[in-house]
Amino acid sequence: MSVLTERINEIIKPENLVYAKSPLLNDDAMHYCPGCSHGVVHRLIAEVIEEMGIQEQTIGVSPVGCAVFAYNYIDIDWAEAAHGRAPAVATGIKRVMPEKYVFSYQGDGDLAAIGTAETLHAINRGENIVMIFINNAIYGMTGGQMAPTTLIGQITATTPNGRNADLNGYPLKITELIAQLPGAAYVTRQSVQTPAAVRKAKKAIRKAFEIQAKKIGTSFVEVVSTCSSGWKLTPVASNKWMEENMFPQYPLGDLKDSGRADADLYRIKG
Amino acid sequence: MGELRLMKGNEVIAEAAIRCGCDGYFGYPITPQSEVMETLMTLRPWEDSGMVVLQAESEIASIHMVYGAAGAGKRVMTSSSSPGISLMAEGISYMAGAELPCVIVNVQRGGPGLGTIQPSQADYNQATKGGGHGDYSLFVLAPASVQEMHDFVVLGFEMAFKYRNPVMILADGVIGQLMEKVELIDQRPRWTNEQIEEISGDWATTGKRSNRQKHVITSLEMDSNTMEQNNLRLQAKYNRMKDEEVRYESIECEDADYIMVAFGSAARICQKTVQIARRKGVKVGLIRPITLFPFPEKIIAEYATKVKGFLSVEFNAGQMVNDIRLAVNGKTQVEYFGRMGGIVPTPDEVELALEQRFNN
Amino acid sequence: MAKVRGAVVVDTEVCKGCNLCVVACPTLTLALNRNVNNKGYHYSYMENPENCTGCTNCSTVCPDSCITVYRTKTEH
Repeated sequence: MSVLTERINEIIKPENLVYAKSPLLNDDAMHYCPGCSHGVVHRLIAEVIEEMGIQEQTIGVSPVGCAVFAYNYIDIDWAEAAHGRAPAVATGIKRVMPEKYVFSYQGDGDLAAIGTAETLHAINRGENIVMIFINNAIYGMTGGQMAPTTLIGQITATTPNGRNADLNGYPLKITELIAQLPGAAYVTRQSVQTPAAVRKAKKAIRKAFEIQAKKIGTSFVEVVSTCSSGWKLTPVASNKWMEENMFPQYPLGDLKDSGRADADLYRIKG
Repeated sequence: MGELRLMKGNEVIAEAAIRCGCDGYFGYPITPQSEVMETLMTLRPWEDSGMVVLQAESEIASIHMVYGAAGAGKRVMTSSSSPGISLMAEGISYMAGAELPCVIVNVQRGGPGLGTIQPSQADYNQATKGGGHGDYSLFVLAPASVQEMHDFVVLGFEMAFKYRNPVMILADGVIGQLMEKVELIDQRPRWTNEQIEEISGDWATTGKRSNRQKHVITSLEMDSNTMEQNNLRLQAKYNRMKDEEVRYESIECEDADYIMVAFGSAARICQKTVQIARRKGVKVGLIRPITLFPFPEKIIAEYATKVKGFLSVEFNAGQMVNDIRLAVNGKTQVEYFGRMGGIVPTPDEVELALEQRFNN
Repeated sequence: MAKVRGAVVVDTEVCKGCNLCVVACPTLTLALNRNVNNKGYHYSYMENPENCTGCTNCSTVCPDSCITVYRTKTEH
């Protein structure tokens, strides 16, 4: 054994452990492409559930899209929803088990295209759930087609010459829309491309889960994400592309943090 | 004897749901069944039994709320009418695939499309042949009275949990709007968490405890061999229903030369037709399928060698008649009579059709 | 003077060689291996283990949760 190996082995001891995978994440290798943001967000959710000690009280709702198999990775009970219907499924679970923690996990096609109605109405009702939104501006699972959040000029399988506003309309800033809804308690936009960003995103997810216990409305966490396969870039180049192109359109930060609105603001006069 | 009341078919759905200990109703207004949710909202069961009642933004959302809540092992239901059921087809297919129990009420109106708000039975094929995508069957009950609207909610939940399968109560605008005397069951409590654990503890998403594996409600399976096994398991379940759960009513069939087959409100009309025809000296009987799936094919096959003909009477273009033909298998004449567009035929009209079809 | 020293253990079969940890590493400890794992990925490894401070930046950005981090203080 070399001197170097010996020195490394001296460090690798249980008492020196500073980071290990959450026991809520199982040992199966995730099916995601190299560098995919889904893996990071899955881990953050698992860590938050573990740290809050709510594994036995949490039910996740997975979408249709790349994250359909989210239920394979986090060791909690799950319901797999039809495309776009996760907020309705989460509503059903939460309404009959209000004491549980319920979260939905959706991509941009699921949440902002086919499931727009379910998304907006669940939040407008102020459902006491957490909604996690992965926005990578493309349909990953079906092979890189245009998403509602695809940017103008962005090349996808169904916009081979770039998204054209005349033909395809505009990128949907659904999180800005959601921040206008009286039922939303906490609306934030995060990212996970750097260690600092990941730590901030985890705090936001933790806050979203904590708000659920207060029953003050829906918490919504968008994570601006990459899809290196769909964007046809390396994971590192994808992060750079995201910072340059996505962040100006989808700026990071909290959009709302005031709890559900006072219903009296909307009351009839008599 | 339970409490007796004069009630509308739609209202009694709500009353029966509360009384049988239903945990939740998720729905969207549509004529001719809006009284179901209106009645629930008026009765405010969340204050007493704790039953959740929620008006969703669409039928699509309604059925997926049912999906989520049913996945948690709760007794939940929805109701709608034909166009709304079409919207629910996605969720119903997912529920059949994930083997989730629930009760879905369809108070049928005429179609296709927006059609008419008048009564119809044109969703027979949709209800009994699945309705959405994939190989699946619903357990389908066809009420012909307000009392059965009540009874089938109770029976529906029983069947839904016995088979872990969605149950459809296929009513129509006549039964939904009809007022009749009904005997109500006494209030039953909702299931406790312990009862849910006992009944559905091996699959429901009640929160993963350390002493068990996680539960996942899904219809997805990427491995073809496993998926085929899932399909075979579903088919075996449907075959079990066919063996054990067929329900029908047989009226004056023993000596009949001709048998009418009719369900729901059509059967009420045919009951009168039996009397009219017999007064004229024609021996006519009536088989009223109560379960449309499983279909009472055995009793029809038995009579096929004894009678001169069957007449399927339906408020549609002739849908159930195909199931009768399959059961009869060429052994005797099978005819159809029906009206569409929301028209309900008179007993005399049906009797005339009998005469014409069979040249009496 | 105390020196913070660290080490990471990469689950090489789970690693997909995305390179995000290499970029996130402030001490140039990590690199992608010339060898590949059973799936054909050039997995991450400590090319310069003596640089590692156990800062957890790599495990923080890792999408596959395949990095375990250890840290200790040693006297010079």
